[in-house]
Amino acid sequence: MEVSIPSLIAAILVMAAPLVLAALGETLTEKAGVVNLSLDGTILLGAMSGFLVASESQSALLGFIAAASTGASVGAVLAVIGVRLGQSQVAVGFALTFLCRDLAYFLGNPYARQQGPQLETLPIPILSNIPFLGEAFFSHSIVVYVSLLAIPGCYYFLYHTRQGLILRSVGENPDGCWARGINPLKVQVLYTVIGGGMVGLAGAAFSLAVKPGWGHPQGCEGIGWIALALVIFGGWNPVRVAAGAYFFGMLQLLGIYFQDYFTTIPPQIFQVAPFPLMIFALILINLGHKSRNKKLTGWIELFSGRPPKWLGKTYKPA
Amino acid sequence: MSIILQMRRIVMISVLALSAVSLLLMLLGISPLTIGITLAKGSIFSWLKFNHVLSVWIPLLLCSCGLLFTFRAGLWNIGVEGQVICGAIGATLVLRLDNTGLPPAALLSLALFSSFLAGGLWGASAGLLKTRGGVNEIFGGLGLNFVAQGAVLWLILGPWKRAGMASMSGTDLFPRELWMWVPQGWRVAPAAIVLVIIIFLLTSLILNASQFGLKIKAAGFNPQASRLFGIRPNLICFMAMIIGGGLAGLAGGVQVSCVYHRLIPSISSGYGYLALLVVMLAGYKVAPVPIICLLFACLAAGSIQLPITLQVDSSLSGVIQGALVLSGLLVYGLQQGKRRGH
Repeated sequence: MEVSIPSLIAAILVMAAPLVLAALGETLTEKAGVVNLSLDGTILLGAMSGFLVASESQSALLGFIAAASTGASVGAVLAVIGVRLGQSQVAVGFALTFLCRDLAYFLGNPYARQQGPQLETLPIPILSNIPFLGEAFFSHSIVVYVSLLAIPGCYYFLYHTRQGLILRSVGENPDGCWARGINPLKVQVLYTVIGGGMVGLAGAAFSLAVKPGWGHPQGCEGIGWIALALVIFGGWNPVRVAAGAYFFGMLQLLGIYFQDYFTTIPPQIFQVAPFPLMIFALILINLGHKSRNKKLTGWIELFSGRPPKWLGKTYKPA
Repeated sequence: MSIILQMRRIVMISVLALSAVSLLLMLLGISPLTIGITLAKGSIFSWLKFNHVLSVWIPLLLCSCGLLFTFRAGLWNIGVEGQVICGAIGATLVLRLDNTGLPPAALLSLALFSSFLAGGLWGASAGLLKTRGGVNEIFGGLGLNFVAQGAVLWLILGPWKRAGMASMSGTDLFPRELWMWVPQGWRVAPAAIVLVIIIFLLTSLILNASQFGLKIKAAGFNPQASRLFGIRPNLICFMAMIIGGGLAGLAGGVQVSCVYHRLIPSISSGYGYLALLVVMLAGYKVAPVPIICLLFACLAAGSIQLPITLQVDSSLSGVIQGALVLSGLLVYGLQQGKRRGH
């Protein structure tokens, strides 16, 4: 297998595209003070519904719409029980994780291992002819472009618009928002639904583009947990969260390459390895944060942040 | 809470969940009644099938007992899966020893003890990550799950591989004399049933009627206030993690020594995650746990028949379990909201 740097970058961008979408969606939700723990199941359910609708209608676009609305409805369930009725968001998220996963396998069973539509690559006319960058950045399917645009988009929305300011202030100080005439509960419900929609999109990105097809297992199991960890250790900042997603994409890719080089080591090890590696890389960053070594902490500051003050708590209007 | 209110709650949860699932099935053109009959046939209509239910019930109840401790201490112990795997590794380690000169019964007890220890150590490391490193226990536990999964794969394909050729089907079977005794016509070891019942009684005694149980509760409810009573919440949380991990590890040990008689890659069978759902549905209380475990075990065992007889995917049992837990949370939420309103 020939490996060139542009093709490597291109492969990482593809690998990480769904992860970026899911992690950014969760960032929006958590910034508003709600923890949506159901990512792993929601991605699977989104992947299933996206594939199912796309292969019935032979339209990938409808598939993506279906996946986004599936994710949004899961977000809505969490919003009703976890935000409106004030049950533990962690508990509801967990129950939803497993319910969605099994629902996806159950409903998707008749469609397992079938051929379905998948996105074609859309090279951007002039840009894709640039020698190095063209292959790396401008010859992808639309999913990758969307994921790349979503990063600055999310950042701009959160830090440079009024709606973004409202979102952040609900996560920090819902009482203050209430006093200023903003209903924090409405804002939280809204961004739980929107964030859930993005997570659903990530699922369709898997089943229609990155790992086309549906099966049991689909191949995207476990990604939701990585996305959740990324949001926390990326310090709730869209740019850092996305950087983490690309790091994980790189780990997964390395696993695939090493599999060919080290044939004595069972391939299963390489498939599982990126997950603990990722989580422990993140934990190390977190531990380093507490060390007394000034140089180290200065560097690590880049990778961590403060959680929204009201994260995971239930707001009760006075 | 009065018994009437509790009964009403149980009825509401089951009606809500079952009607949701039935609606889904009818939309798909499947008769819920046929599904129900198949599930019952596959779980409780014959002694052999019921044995299968029991073989799910035992590890599930052990994991749930462990979780009762950690939940009471206010911790989300997501690492149960990994703890089950570690317990299984611990037990296999002992059962693979050659020339110990110990009688089989002693070796088996040692294996179970070693599984408790291994699971407890795994739980303790998640606890250490939290208390010393400030790592949220959800992600510490999750990371450790992945590590344990990697470790068991490595052991099965590497150092402990089958004579001749490494295989994903697991290690070699243990010698026959190291199999836990199972009577004719049974599929589960009576010793395991006795063990799990004793563990459950101990759990309920410790949590509901001992000073240590009260300390766990205090540390979980209000760590700041508990310090005023001379309780060290970090220490208590740490101990709860060890007990929780140890009981999950014991489940792994039972799976290895009584059910599979070897180490297999999927030794935890997802019981760790399922136990989380059990305890959530029980509202984190001790008494309903064994009954819910039995119900979930029936669903899990009964669903094996579904693909064969009805061409329906067996993940339906997971859908029913998930729907039950979610409607449980919904009903709790609605009732609490009502109480607040008055």
